[in-house]
Amino acid sequence: MIEFDQVTVTYDGAREPALRDVSFTVPEGELALVIGRTGSGKSTLLRAINGLVPHFTGGTLAGRVLVDGRDTREYRPRDLADVVGMVGQDPMAGFVTDTVEDELAYSMESLGVAPDVMRRRVEETLDLLGLADVRDRALTSLSGGQRQRTAIGAALTSHPAVLVLDEPTSALDPQAAEEVLAALQRLVHDLGVTVVMAEHRLERVIQYADRVIEVPGGAAAVSTGLPADRMVTAPVAPPVVELGRLAGWSPLPLSVRDARRAAVALRSQLDSAAPARPLAALGKELGRCTDLVVGYGNVTALRGVSLSIKAGEVVALMGRNGAGKSTLLNSLVGIITPRSGTATAAGVDPRRTKPKRLVKAVGLVPQEPADLLYAATVADECGSADSDFKVPAGSCRALLERLAPDVPLDMHPRDLSEGQRLCLALAVVLCGAPPLLLLDEPTRGLDYGAKRRLVAILRELAAAGHAVVLSTHDVEMVAEVATRVMVLADGELVSDGETAEVIAGSPAFAPQVAKILAPLPFLTVGEVAEALDRAS
Amino acid sequence: MRAVHHLTLPRALHPGAWWLWALCMAVAASRTRNPVLLVLILAVTGFVVSARRSDAPWAHSFAAFLKLGLLVIAVRVVLQALLSTRSQGNTLLFTLPQIPLPDWAAGVKLGGDVTAEALVTALYDGGQLAVMLCCVGAANALASPRRLLKSLPGALYEMGVACVVALTFAPQLVTDGRRVRAARRLRGRTRASFRTTAMPVLEGALDRSVELAAAMDSRGYGRTAQAPRAQRRLTALCVLLGLLGILLGVYALLTDAMAFPFAAGALAAGVLLAVAAMAVGRQRVSRTRYRPDPWALPEWLVVAAGALAAGAMVIAAVRGVNGLLLAGPLVVPPVPVLPVVGVLIGLVPAIAAPPLRKAVA
Repeated sequence: MIEFDQVTVTYDGAREPALRDVSFTVPEGELALVIGRTGSGKSTLLRAINGLVPHFTGGTLAGRVLVDGRDTREYRPRDLADVVGMVGQDPMAGFVTDTVEDELAYSMESLGVAPDVMRRRVEETLDLLGLADVRDRALTSLSGGQRQRTAIGAALTSHPAVLVLDEPTSALDPQAAEEVLAALQRLVHDLGVTVVMAEHRLERVIQYADRVIEVPGGAAAVSTGLPADRMVTAPVAPPVVELGRLAGWSPLPLSVRDARRAAVALRSQLDSAAPARPLAALGKELGRCTDLVVGYGNVTALRGVSLSIKAGEVVALMGRNGAGKSTLLNSLVGIITPRSGTATAAGVDPRRTKPKRLVKAVGLVPQEPADLLYAATVADECGSADSDFKVPAGSCRALLERLAPDVPLDMHPRDLSEGQRLCLALAVVLCGAPPLLLLDEPTRGLDYGAKRRLVAILRELAAAGHAVVLSTHDVEMVAEVATRVMVLADGELVSDGETAEVIAGSPAFAPQVAKILAPLPFLTVGEVAEALDRAS
Repeated sequence: MRAVHHLTLPRALHPGAWWLWALCMAVAASRTRNPVLLVLILAVTGFVVSARRSDAPWAHSFAAFLKLGLLVIAVRVVLQALLSTRSQGNTLLFTLPQIPLPDWAAGVKLGGDVTAEALVTALYDGGQLAVMLCCVGAANALASPRRLLKSLPGALYEMGVACVVALTFAPQLVTDGRRVRAARRLRGRTRASFRTTAMPVLEGALDRSVELAAAMDSRGYGRTAQAPRAQRRLTALCVLLGLLGILLGVYALLTDAMAFPFAAGALAAGVLLAVAAMAVGRQRVSRTRYRPDPWALPEWLVVAAGALAAGAMVIAAVRGVNGLLLAGPLVVPPVPVLPVVGVLIGLVPAIAAPPLRKAVA
């Protein structure tokens, strides 16, 4: 169905090709998963499938890309619209109309599909993706999962043979991600659609993949293979695979279910062991909310939230999209004025403190990291961050080098990949080393390596007496780094306690290791490895 | 009878019908300064809006336009009070302190005597403009401009898409600006500069438009059938001239700036040109339309009601029927029969337009 033949892509003005000598085939009806580090060229590869690279983006493509027998050299993206459905990273950015039904019909209208066929396909797609209840709703009023499903539906109605998705679940909470993956699963199984998808959250998707395409970036060659084979040696791997490698299971399990069946022996071996969790040394209170009520117009985002965050803690804020996580973080830095109640950060009232002094008390990496970046190059950005926060020159750059070692310093921040941009914004805020550090979805678009480095930095900060609050959907990251978890639902704090207590028992928030080893209280592969070490 | 002709079958009325009706009501308002008739027109449009509007976000725009109208009246009255001369009458209400002006401003007076006649005239003039604004507001509330753009003829499709995208981007820019301003605090900066405010917003908007363009390209936008360049140019020229003619005609009809035959002629020529261009342009468009709004009996009735209301007013104005314009500012406004009946016909859409679809529980 898709054939890459010695494809090399070089963007205009770039010294190095973004993709080098890529050859692979994806047969009809397969789900191919594209993996690789942040900024390694996954998006370029996906966009080459429907001809956006090079027709839309510019640059040179050497070699040949064949999709359903059509050569992308001769067909522009719009001429391939009936063969390839494309879903971008941010569904909202790709919407052309304003209601669900119109959005679903849009590509068919462009293709000139007959009205009665259009009508039928829209109804079928609404049912297939479970969107019938929201058919008349405005796109802006949908939840994240509904938006993503609408975007997939909009690409599907023209009955393409190939569906290309760029990180379809990275911005979604676990439940919404399940919805989207279930819908994709149906497409592959029942309709024989060929799906090519890039995703960092391997723990969510690896079990559904028929084929893995690994894009290592740089000069290394792109390689393909079966998921189980690739996972034996892959540098990026979800916890289930790492646990399998640790326990020496063969064949390597990719799903929690397979791993649970293989883990009988491991569970009895670990039966008497308990994970060693060093207790965090708690210091003075750095963040506090009392009866915080926040609303926008006639929507109440937070209804009487009270909490206290102490130095040395890493608090994970979890909950559905729209549960009030960002609102809580924004109130702690004074971006939002509460209707009633108070929020204090490191002893100051964020609403009444001058920004210059405020950044010495609390720092926030917002959901759109680009908002923090003004300079024309990465190097300038680091320099201005040093002077903004009055730290020795070079501090920001050193942090960036630790987080993402390969970010080119002469690039414009907007030209970085989403993950790299996030690393830059993180470095900018971290270099101020504020006592209270808030991170709004810091793992969106980050690969496992960058996540591991972020975890190390956050642990260091906590040990040095900072308090960290991160809102996230990434349960694996929470299991690794958080000492405490708070779950928000509908603007209220529904649970607040130690990480193991809150997430281990929850069907939505339990990390893979906890699911595999239940009822044993282990959360991460590291804990298991350590317990095995002690036992032997 | 086909289902779409039923007046009671719940469905959304064609947005074009709502806009035509509302424009007709605005034409009616433009013919009179009689406060009784103006209030009547306002009441009629307000009643129809409350009877047939949906609960979509834009459906609340009538109230916003009403407030805008009140503001227009207030500004008009205040300015008149400040600049009033005794040219309209002699009933002195009060005297404001007069500000002496230099010689070169002879003929202009700031402050001084304020007469009842001047204020009442300003009130009626402002009222007329306010009522016309409310008519536009009614159209806005009953059918969003976006829906209207969607039913543009095929030849204008590209232009319509551009407008729709612009309509989406404008509010997005405002939210972006707010977010970027908030983020500036996080860098410890207080002063706004072009670099820290406008740049991120503009870059964001640019990024988004590039992404949207990529999405539209991959979804088949612009797959039109090939047409010779000369024909495309001719179509574009006809469309532009036609629109210009329509604009001129409507303006002339609304303002009395030109003789009636000339205005009507310009309007007719414009409509003809535009229709011809669209007929030609349609041939090269190979796209289809999902669930187009039907144009059936209710649409005809709504437009006819508007046309009758406007027609009655225009005829009354041309015939010089007493009561459209007042003899003097302070007389009790008369109630002329023909215009009142005409305006009341404008109520028909409250019944003739089908009710809205309710969500099934």
